[in-house]
Amino acid sequence: MTAHGSPYVPHTDAEIEAMLSAVGAADETALFDIPEGVRFDGEFEIPARSEQAVRALVEGTLSGNDDLVEFLGRGHHDHYVPSMVEHLADRSEFLTSYTQYQPEVAQGFLQALFEYQSLLVELTGLEVANCSMYDAASALGEAATLAARVRAASGDRVLVPAHLQAGRRRTLENYVAGHDVTVESYPMTDGNADVDALDAMVDEETLLVYAETPTVRGAIEERLAAIGEVADRANALFAVGSDPVALSVLRPPADVGADVVVGDAAALGVPTAYGFGIGLFACREAFLRQVPGRLVGAAADDSGRRAYTLTLQTREQHIRRERATSNICTNQAWVALRVAMHAAWLGPDGLVDLANDCVTEARELAARVDDVSGVRAPVHDRHHFREFPARTDRPASAVAADLRAAGHAVHVVGDHEIQICATGTTADERDAFVAALEEAAR
Amino acid sequence: MTDDDADSTSDGTPGEPLRYDQARWTEDADTYEPLLAEKTLDTVDVDSPLPDELTRETLELPALAEPELARHYTRLSAMNYGVESGPVPLGSCTMKHNPAFIEDVAATPAGLVHPDRVGETVQGTLELLYRLQDYLGRIGGMDAVTLQPPAGAAGEFTGIRIARAFHRADGDERSEVLIPDSAHGTNFASAAMAGYDVVTLPSGEDGRVDLDALEAALSGETAALMLTNPNTLGLFERDIRDIAEMVHDVGGLLYYDGANLNALLGRARPGDMGFDVMHYNVHKTFATPHGGGGPGAGPVGVTDDLARFLPDPHVRKTDGRYERYTPEGTIGKVHGYEGNWLVLVKAFAYIARLGDAGLADASAKAVLNANYLAERIDYEVPFGPFHHEFVASAGETDAADVAKRMLDYGVHPPTTKWPEIVDEALMTEPTESESKRTLDQLTAAFDAARGDDEAARADAPERTAARRIDQVAAARNPRLSWQALEDV
Ligand SMILES: Cc1ncc(COP(=O)(O)O)c(C=O)c1O
Repeated sequence: MTAHGSPYVPHTDAEIEAMLSAVGAADETALFDIPEGVRFDGEFEIPARSEQAVRALVEGTLSGNDDLVEFLGRGHHDHYVPSMVEHLADRSEFLTSYTQYQPEVAQGFLQALFEYQSLLVELTGLEVANCSMYDAASALGEAATLAARVRAASGDRVLVPAHLQAGRRRTLENYVAGHDVTVESYPMTDGNADVDALDAMVDEETLLVYAETPTVRGAIEERLAAIGEVADRANALFAVGSDPVALSVLRPPADVGADVVVGDAAALGVPTAYGFGIGLFACREAFLRQVPGRLVGAAADDSGRRAYTLTLQTREQHIRRERATSNICTNQAWVALRVAMHAAWLGPDGLVDLANDCVTEARELAARVDDVSGVRAPVHDRHHFREFPARTDRPASAVAADLRAAGHAVHVVGDHEIQICATGTTADERDAFVAALEEAAR
Repeated sequence: MTDDDADSTSDGTPGEPLRYDQARWTEDADTYEPLLAEKTLDTVDVDSPLPDELTRETLELPALAEPELARHYTRLSAMNYGVESGPVPLGSCTMKHNPAFIEDVAATPAGLVHPDRVGETVQGTLELLYRLQDYLGRIGGMDAVTLQPPAGAAGEFTGIRIARAFHRADGDERSEVLIPDSAHGTNFASAAMAGYDVVTLPSGEDGRVDLDALEAALSGETAALMLTNPNTLGLFERDIRDIAEMVHDVGGLLYYDGANLNALLGRARPGDMGFDVMHYNVHKTFATPHGGGGPGAGPVGVTDDLARFLPDPHVRKTDGRYERYTPEGTIGKVHGYEGNWLVLVKAFAYIARLGDAGLADASAKAVLNANYLAERIDYEVPFGPFHHEFVASAGETDAADVAKRMLDYGVHPPTTKWPEIVDEALMTEPTESESKRTLDQLTAAFDAARGDDEAARADAPERTAARRIDQVAAARNPRLSWQALEDV
């Protein structure tokens, strides 16, 4: 540590002297124009530590986490992230750069973001994808506020599936609260949308109908086109929630009438990280001027060469202020870079293989779980992606607690329902898991 | 160039500006071959265990092997400028050095857990979050801090939703949020998203809040006043105590935009100034990398009176154990889970590394650097005394052109044309990370860019990966994906 306090301050004593004398100040304190009454003379009582000590502190603290094998998903999924992603995304020219307000020195990041947008355009079938929202929950919120802005009628209802991750639903409620929009859920039947019930609910006051595939319970939604028609009949927008792995095999949402696609793109690019994600947001070209967040466009520079730039910025808060399409400024750009890198590393074949594994591995594990006495799986007679609920004779919380004691984490989703996620990262642990479940379910 | 050349001379004239050539594709049209991923598109037939009616037929994406991708991204990185390439004195952005070790700290495997884990099994994670809540509370002078908002703007939205919940709990429907004209765009947008009408306050002659204008705008409809302090001109709101009293007298709350907190660490705290709610921009003040536009984190601190409205869940310590709980009047959620974990750990590591002395020193040097740079450059700086940033005026010269020319001198330019109360504004925040030598180079770049003839500026930049980009044309004909390109 330098004599001055911060290890990240390069000044020598002589330079400090020279600079103070250049500005005509006796000392650093003289540069602060803070009235006496509001000066802080206390201490935070935060000790300075060496780099090594901080690492030890964080590692020591986090070692308080139990070492469990996680069969967890429900919107936050773990797929193996290739080393290339870490190494290349950590290049400091990417990592330490700012938003591309000076595109001439930011061509690299802009091109990567353009590639990310292009990936999502291919996967969703929609014409426009932005270069990120914070997470799936806020992306859903933005879809609803977009619906409130673009729809001709002055409706105030947003309809979402009863099977929806609580964080998404509750974030959505906050996003629309300022627009006097209400969120209601439509029922499910055997793990998919109850389209008849939905049809009965939709009316001219409906702004947006939202459906997910896979659902939070891992079921692939089989009647998206029918849901889209219901929405369409009422002039409501239709938003579909998904993720880039699932979309690598599922029908492009645009084909089944989606106007907007949202979801968590961090199924690629980042490991499980306590809910850290990236919201994907794509929509039809008709809504281009209403898109929230940043967009990268292809352009030309003065020499006529292909170049990239942030574009259509008049939608954004720094220009449009209270009439902006969203307040978002800092977003998840670096995560978008990682998602794009991971997808590129997999390539189209690799993406399809990964997605197919999500179907077959969930199917196989469900079959094994179903063989365990005291458990039936899957609960719904549906195709599943990565994960599925299982019904337990014993109370689910007791089963989950016994599994935890044996080193495995599952979701509890009902009094007698657990949910189990089977991505490739736990492939080697499944025998042990099934064995533990045999004990726990008894 | 030798050290002596690069350094300023002792009589105070800046040295020669740097020349900087960014990596770029050759100018020779015949051999111009940027690695455009879309040129390798491959269409695969999708075969899946799912029924055909649920699946797509084909998927068309680039098919490149790792060696090709490694080169692709490495070349792209060479065409990108970050803080480790050179100074990035973007005002209001606090582009300070991002310590390398915080990346490793964030990657600690034991921290990579799923958010749906039962609290008892993630005591380490909850403890770290709790400690960060506590650190931030001390730094800001706030009683309780939520880590859930994923960026500064999300923090503003959270804070204003909390203000709304607070007023409503008293049966008080207020309709307005007051914001000075010099504020950042997110303030206006966040307040509007939270359901308020925005009332813009004109700045006073001295660049600060005009107390008469404030008095005239305040009423029983005022839910909150949002302030940045020091403001975007770098000026401390000297009347902050009076402002707080005036706002509180009409029953409103005072919101602190923490974007400029790097000016005040250890010297003044928003909580002590009378602010009721604040956000912290950890990707500014606490050195987490900006990542080309994110991710960040925007924790929100509140006074005791507002703690019951914090987002769900909040972390507390009970009998030596850490637990999540739902604040009784919670506004609900502003993120699907509990915020941007990877960023929060980095911020924790930075604060734990610096401690009291380091944090105070960071602010001291940030302010010293801004004052020194402003003193050296040959530009008018209309308002003062400023702290960690200042707004210079390019006068008759187009600030955007000055910025483009600065790129040729090896530095990233300041924020341009904002705030609008300064003509041809160059909003400059060098941060504490820059040495005197770098500040002298920046000075040379500022002065050379303005001293060059107009044609040179209009042609700039010429040493960067791309020449000047026609943004108007890009917006007129938006092409936002490979699929929209006609020249593939
Ligand atoms: C003064 C000010 N307020 C608010 C923000 C918004 O913060 P964020 O970009 O983290 O959402 C910024 C940053 O860009 C800012 O400079």
